[in-house]
Amino acid sequence: MNERTKRIAFLGITTSVALILAYIEAILPPIWTAVPGIKVGLPNLIIVLVLYRFGFKYAAIVSGIRLIIVSMLFGNVMTLAYSVVGAVLSLLLMSILKKTDRFSTIGVSIAGAVAHNLGQIIVAIFLFETVQIGYYMVVLAVTGTIAGVFIGIGSNFLLKRTDSIKI
Amino acid sequence: MKNNSEKNQRKRNDIILAAVILIIAVAGFLFLNATKKNGSYVVVKIDGVEKYSYSITENITKEIITGENGEYTNTLVIKDGKASVLTANCPDGICVGHREISFVGETIVCLPHKVVIEVKKEASNQNLDAVV
Ligand SMILES: [Zn+2]
Repeated sequence: MNERTKRIAFLGITTSVALILAYIEAILPPIWTAVPGIKVGLPNLIIVLVLYRFGFKYAAIVSGIRLIIVSMLFGNVMTLAYSVVGAVLSLLLMSILKKTDRFSTIGVSIAGAVAHNLGQIIVAIFLFETVQIGYYMVVLAVTGTIAGVFIGIGSNFLLKRTDSIKI
Repeated sequence: MKNNSEKNQRKRNDIILAAVILIIAVAGFLFLNATKKNGSYVVVKIDGVEKYSYSITENITKEIITGENGEYTNTLVIKDGKASVLTANCPDGICVGHREISFVGETIVCLPHKVVIEVKKEASNQNLDAVV
């Protein structure tokens, strides 16, 4: 199998898994009912994996495809706005922290998860025109940190398991 | 050996990062908690526009009807200085599940019906359909 085929296959698989995670998240009860539509960001698990394995460009591609398909399948304009801002902020921060080489996958994932939540809160503040939603950032910082730890541990595991795949 | 110390350094940075995030969160929580005040008005916004305003000291039950054909309802209840949504026919039921609100700036949002219920310090001077 040549490298290109391998790469396409791997991206196809990771995108599908990201979609499955997004679906699981969509059917789970909301983590914080006060701000509808806010999610933990389970698909970040895959984004971290792709970011470390193939770099920023591929992580952005997988993230982008995931967002488009998710919003077509089980989203609306609202959840798309949340997801896009959350995903962009999260991926940017993660790739910056990864570049500094001062944090492990867990630290990078924590930053990604908290940034994901921060992005959603920013959208919610604009949407509802009420700054008080900032209250929930407090809760989301905590849930984001916890989610980040698990996403980091999970990505470490996946990275070890996919060690044989090089592009 | 060097690899190991780099690993420990990263682990330490991870912990510092998490600690900084949590400290900011706790500080934010304490600040917001210390500055919260009891509200005096309950304002209902529909699609971003203020429609109703009630004193929080009233005891009322109000049917908020929205949608093009009036097909959406949320029942707002103000009782003992607290506002909540008793019933609603929205698909998610999040507004009904929301705890009572009474402090300035607190909101209950019903996203499917585009209804926002907010506690305010003072009534606004806009032309409202119903001012109690
Ligand atoms: Zn509702």
